[in-house]
Amino acid sequence: MDSSTNETLPNNVENKSVRILPLVLKNVSYEKAGMRLIKDLSVTFNFGSLTVILGPNGAGKSLLLRLCHGLIKPSKGTVDWCGPKVSVPQRYQAMVFQRPVMLRRSVIANLSHSLKYRGINKAGRTQKIDNILQHTGLSRLAKVPARLLSVGEQQRLAVARAWSLDPEVLFMDEPTAALDPAATHSLENIIGAIKKSGTKIIMSTHDLGQAKRLADEVLFLYRGRLLEQADAGQFFEKPNNDLAQSFMRGELLWWNRQELKPPEQLKERRQK
Amino acid sequence: MRLFPRDLVKFKRSLAIVIVSLLLSFTNAFATNGFIVVASTTSTVNSGLFKNILPIFTKTTGISVRVLGVGTGQAIKVAERGDADILFVHHKISEVEFVKNAFGVKRYDVMYNDFIVVGPQDDPADVQNAKNVVEAYEKVAAAKSIFVSRGDESGTHKKSLEFWRTIPVDLVDSSGKWYREAGSGMGATLNLTSSINGYTLADRSTWMAFQNKGSLVVLFEGDPSMRNQYGITMVNPDRHKHVKAPLASAFIRWVISNDGQAAINSFRISGKQTFFANAASYKKNQFKNTSPKLRN
Amino acid sequence: MEIGDAFAAAMALIINFESGLAEIVLLSLQVSIIAVAIACLIGLPIGAALAVFRFPGRTAIAVILNAMMGLPPVVVGLIVYLTLSRSGPLGTLGLLYTPTAMIIAQICLVTPIIAALTRQTTEDLWQEYAEHLHSIGIGPWRAVTTLLWDNRFSLITTILAGFGRASAEVGAVMIVGGNIDHVTRVMTTSIALETSKGDLALALGLGIILLALALSVNAAAFIINDAAMKRHG
Repeated sequence: MDSSTNETLPNNVENKSVRILPLVLKNVSYEKAGMRLIKDLSVTFNFGSLTVILGPNGAGKSLLLRLCHGLIKPSKGTVDWCGPKVSVPQRYQAMVFQRPVMLRRSVIANLSHSLKYRGINKAGRTQKIDNILQHTGLSRLAKVPARLLSVGEQQRLAVARAWSLDPEVLFMDEPTAALDPAATHSLENIIGAIKKSGTKIIMSTHDLGQAKRLADEVLFLYRGRLLEQADAGQFFEKPNNDLAQSFMRGELLWWNRQELKPPEQLKERRQK
Repeated sequence: MRLFPRDLVKFKRSLAIVIVSLLLSFTNAFATNGFIVVASTTSTVNSGLFKNILPIFTKTTGISVRVLGVGTGQAIKVAERGDADILFVHHKISEVEFVKNAFGVKRYDVMYNDFIVVGPQDDPADVQNAKNVVEAYEKVAAAKSIFVSRGDESGTHKKSLEFWRTIPVDLVDSSGKWYREAGSGMGATLNLTSSINGYTLADRSTWMAFQNKGSLVVLFEGDPSMRNQYGITMVNPDRHKHVKAPLASAFIRWVISNDGQAAINSFRISGKQTFFANAASYKKNQFKNTSPKLRN
Repeated sequence: MEIGDAFAAAMALIINFESGLAEIVLLSLQVSIIAVAIACLIGLPIGAALAVFRFPGRTAIAVILNAMMGLPPVVVGLIVYLTLSRSGPLGTLGLLYTPTAMIIAQICLVTPIIAALTRQTTEDLWQEYAEHLHSIGIGPWRAVTTLLWDNRFSLITTILAGFGRASAEVGAVMIVGGNIDHVTRVMTTSIALETSKGDLALALGLGIILLALALSVNAAAFIINDAAMKRHG
């Protein structure tokens, strides 16, 4: 798998130019049933790096990804694509969910379904599918019904399906959360290959090790707020935010979840 | 049972062929040279009369006849709405009214049989010793024996009401007690009468063809007022433009012709003549003696 | 024993296999299959669209559909009769007392069943697929076709339910078809006719044949479904 990622890649790196990036979020809030789940968040995503959104469960990682991808609309603030092809931003994005959505069809049909709706003709589809199956190690499973695959294989297929759409930006919501170490390893290799093919990856995880292995840039999210945005090297060496520090040390962050105080106050209290 | 994919494909394909051929054969059902719709009564349909005589007509003329077997009341409604070309029922008063209101062109007598009073073998109301049909009805009312009425505005129902009106009995008050309104066809009414051992007025042809008699027997018959006259009327093509007047009149001409009348007279249920042709144009004396049921 | 007589009558009908019986069975199948096919063309997209689209009055339509599953056949028959009657709005077509009229009546009876059951099963699948389909950016109508295809196995049960209602129904086809010999006489109206003639054994015998037909249609569908499900997961 490692070696295959260095060979010819399924997507044309040379032809890939910036089309929709950067993605700019300004003062984005998201409320549901009277609860503010994303709070006044501003961030810019640029081309080229792999961004990992880090944070404990309930921090709003999944919501942030969905807001960026356009699956949900912000209650306040704006989500804007600022590249040259912004009229059809959906066309250049794809997303992989924590629980893979498998159509009740074969592996090939799962791939072909989304390609078809992107307007790729049959010959083009066949070629793309062959290529992507090889690069994700799914060739021998091509005709198997997707629902009969193992969880690891299903998630690999979900990633392959997203990759086949040749997105400029690929969102991944805790893609390895349900996988065992071996399946996680093989999926991380594929993620690396996708990054090399020139796709901007924005993924969430609560797995520090995975973040260290993959991230170029880290966003630390806690209870709906963006507490830190930093280069991976700098973040893992010494995060500025104290909650990020304790998260890095493996401390449990839920002890103060019932309190509705903003982190600034918590910071003060902890310093006392 | 395990079907391999290839078998499955074959199976699906043959299933598709079966379905397509089903649909194709369906078009044949519509392909008729010409047909007419006759609104008639259950008695003529259920007894098998039409099944017997229609093939003769169709063979000689190429016209197929679609017969609707409903109660006389409903048949008249159907004809009034223009949903039939011909009305062939058995309640002369209503038929004359139908023609008078310009729904029909002209009414012809076709045939008759008779009504009978059937009831349980042990005859608790002693109907079998009545002198006439009105007395038979009086006996049922006096004994408060169960009487099942069609209650569906059919010819038989209308006839039965004619008899009831001649005696002082409050049917509205008795309804649900000993007087039961079935609200259904002759057959269903006979099924009901048989299961609750009641009395009812039936037309002889339906009775003869009926197979669930149980303990029911014919208890009273032969009163001249129990004669059951059938008539045929063409629906007025001036009122309903689509009425196939030429085909319809061909059928009427045949029914009252010697051929048609002979066909009616030759129809038998268990060896017995059921309907007696009496169209005005037909030689009446030919069957005078074959009609023993009506004492005059 | 009358039940015994009924089985004897059913066996005799099958062994002798009169052309009259074949004609009636064939017409029953034709009418019901065509009616169910057309009801599917209407009901499947409507049901799936109700699952996918969000619009005001959607719940009301779903409730009405559910209620219409229990429409009394006689009422449907009467409405179709009054519509197709020569004195009715579509009288000029001259469809009353034809198999086409029976098909129309059965379509009215079956479409709500297919639409309502399709909505229910498709809604579950839509919950599962919604984010993925939104993510790849396909429109709602494309979503409907995707859902219908992926839900095909549970939809077979839905279609069979519709076929069951169509083939077992007597009230509506009696009114609009008229139970005319060789033209609109089907299994159920024959059963009603034989009952009214007091030939209960023959009526029950025909009923047994109708049951056997329903059984074989369901068994065939089950076998196809089972084999296909094993292949597709």
